[in-house]
Amino acid sequence: MKDKTKKYSLFAGFIVILLLLISLPSYASSYRVIFVTNILMYVILTLSWVIFSGPTGYISLATAAFFGIGVYTSAVLSGTLSLPFVIIIGALASFCLAFVVGSLTLRLRGMYFTMFTFALVQLISNFAHWYEVNVTGTVGRLVLALDSTIIYYSILVVFCLVLLASHFIKRSKFGLALQSIGESEEAAAHSGINVTLVKVTTFAISAFFMGAVGAVMTMRWSYVDPPTAFDIRLSFMPLLMAIFGGMGNLFSPIIGSSIFAYLEEILTTKFPYYYMLLFGGAMLLVIVFMPHGIEGVFRKLQKNNKGQLSEKP
Amino acid sequence: MKILDVQGLRKNFGGLAATADVDFHVDQGEIVGLIGPNGAGKTTLFNLISGAITPDAGIIMFKDKKVSGLKPYRICRAGIARTFQSVQIFPKMSVFNHVVIGLLFGDHRHTTSASTTEEVSQIIEFVGLSGMNELRAADLTLANQKRLEVARALATQPELLLLDEVMAGLNPTEVAEAMELVRKIRDKGITVIMIEHVMKAIMAICDRVIVLHHGEKLAEGKPEEITRNQSVIEVYLGEFTCLPSET
Amino acid sequence: MLAVRNINTVHGKIQALWNVSLEVEEGEVVALVGANGAGKTTLLDTISGTYIPVSGSVEFQGQQIEGKSAAYIVEQGIAHVPQGGRLFSDMTVRENLEMGAYSRHAWKQRAETMEQVCEIFPRLKERETQVASTLSGGEKQMVAIGRGLMSRPKLCIFDEPSYGLAPKAVIEIFQVIRSLPKQGITVLIVEQNVGQALEMANRAYVLENGRIALQGIACDLLANDHVRKAYLGL
Repeated sequence: MKDKTKKYSLFAGFIVILLLLISLPSYASSYRVIFVTNILMYVILTLSWVIFSGPTGYISLATAAFFGIGVYTSAVLSGTLSLPFVIIIGALASFCLAFVVGSLTLRLRGMYFTMFTFALVQLISNFAHWYEVNVTGTVGRLVLALDSTIIYYSILVVFCLVLLASHFIKRSKFGLALQSIGESEEAAAHSGINVTLVKVTTFAISAFFMGAVGAVMTMRWSYVDPPTAFDIRLSFMPLLMAIFGGMGNLFSPIIGSSIFAYLEEILTTKFPYYYMLLFGGAMLLVIVFMPHGIEGVFRKLQKNNKGQLSEKP
Repeated sequence: MKILDVQGLRKNFGGLAATADVDFHVDQGEIVGLIGPNGAGKTTLFNLISGAITPDAGIIMFKDKKVSGLKPYRICRAGIARTFQSVQIFPKMSVFNHVVIGLLFGDHRHTTSASTTEEVSQIIEFVGLSGMNELRAADLTLANQKRLEVARALATQPELLLLDEVMAGLNPTEVAEAMELVRKIRDKGITVIMIEHVMKAIMAICDRVIVLHHGEKLAEGKPEEITRNQSVIEVYLGEFTCLPSET
Repeated sequence: MLAVRNINTVHGKIQALWNVSLEVEEGEVVALVGANGAGKTTLLDTISGTYIPVSGSVEFQGQQIEGKSAAYIVEQGIAHVPQGGRLFSDMTVRENLEMGAYSRHAWKQRAETMEQVCEIFPRLKERETQVASTLSGGEKQMVAIGRGLMSRPKLCIFDEPSYGLAPKAVIEIFQVIRSLPKQGITVLIVEQNVGQALEMANRAYVLENGRIALQGIACDLLANDHVRKAYLGL
């Protein structure tokens, strides 16, 4: 019963935050709105990443690729279609790419898969660059920027959608299959689960949301080129944020990525020259003292409260 | 009626023949024992039947349909289930969910979720894990983890069950319980092939025994015949005095 | 040689051992039996340094070793052959065996020890260059035992050495274990094969629910009513 009241209070707290977020533009400055938009971008990327890499343990570094596809789709279509369609098509493009790539590479295990996803980002980025130079003759595109409030609400919508998706996947038959694949792929396959299909589909779903958020962010940046769209940091950050926050439930990655993104924003503005150094230092401290992330710290606090005898793990 | 028919099965790893021209069949309703020295290729044979690996040559027929070369999930849905030598449970998952997974994915006929809880409880009770529904698999004793693997396999509604050393690491009392469970499984109409080193169990419950050695079939026959077979004694049983008190 | 006194160990959220005391004299074969989940593996892990007990002491040849690192304990001369082997799966059989001789005094004599081990387990010589993960279950067990012997221990602790072994291999293993005291190696063995373990041991302890329920001369325990009913299925 204690668990249930805890769950309800967490949920209630979350609703409050959501309401605050929805009403943000009405009481906050434009600068603040953009600030929160950037944070939400990272939160969405982290949540999307966790949808696949969390339960399966396959560490993907392809986030930048799927994000970038969304960016480019948006850049190409922005004048011709309305915003919702642009976002959906950007998301679908990433979905399809992920499905194809996943079918080919999800047979690779562990490190090989990770390296391949990293290479994928380079591959697509270079292809986009080649295409821009040789086919369309543009390197860098100007995009009609949209009002920061519209962008903010678009991102909020994507955020709610990825939350719903994460939640329902976890509770569904599909989520159960995912979890079992992560714990013993062989046993899962022998229990009747089409392991490849489940992995590929989940990978594609996570890419869908990465593409969606990429499509939205284009409107904010107004200028896109391959290095911006396929910035490799966008592959590493969600991973670090997920490790920092924890992946055990829905809230941990949100908390982790929010704190992380907030720190990054603050550090880049206040210490533009030393920010990377400070950031790296912070990461080291996290890994040494909080190897299981924030979630791990919470769990430890809970354990100590129960008066556990200390022992070596 | 032949439920499983294996012909000319061959599997090589590098230059080594892990399975070399193995022929045998299993009739519906039998309990067949599969024994042999360590490294003889018993688990490899199971892996070939369950689809974990594909044969280099030969054919595996299940109920007159070819299953060799199919993916494990298809073979599972076709009606063959198995347990693993090194227990492959889902450590962080509850006992209940293990069985649910078997029901939801392994049994293509299973659709309604209303009766799921009922069916899961029945299976959990059948293997002797009543009252442990919410326990995490990692927290179970080895004997119970093995029971859980069997439960998960049974949830897929198999007609043929492959048990890989399900009695290893069990004390004599637990072995007796496991033997009882295997008999109950057969009484439900499920054919069983069991890899075992626990000779007491092989003698007591198997209808037939197949002996593998260096990937080849060395001998085949009733348990009493096999234990008197000279080559089997030399290669597998050793100067064997059947100690009545245990394995 | 080994004196375990009033050990209390916690495993996860549960207390696994309650005031457990056990002794092994030099040159003995001592058996530890009990049901699955009774705490036998936890006790062995406490002795060999994987677990730190909450209270109590473990003394080996006069030295306190509870709480010390596993590497230190191996240097002192205790080898632990764990249940299931825990081999280095990507290394070859030969490399796994060599790793067993990692401690200083064993390393110098590793060639000689390797020969002895291969005599005991000829199959290991056959599969010398094979990668451990490709071995069958029983072969892995043999490598694990061999690796333990490679450290030239004074006390060798076996956790279910017969697990997954063919009957003939079990007979051989037990012959080997029985002969170890003559070679100067004292033995502590945990076994589900209760009958054979008791026949081979000098003395034995019965562990139930984390507590020592019975102890004594092995033959006496073999005749004990409770033991016969609960563990020998008679």
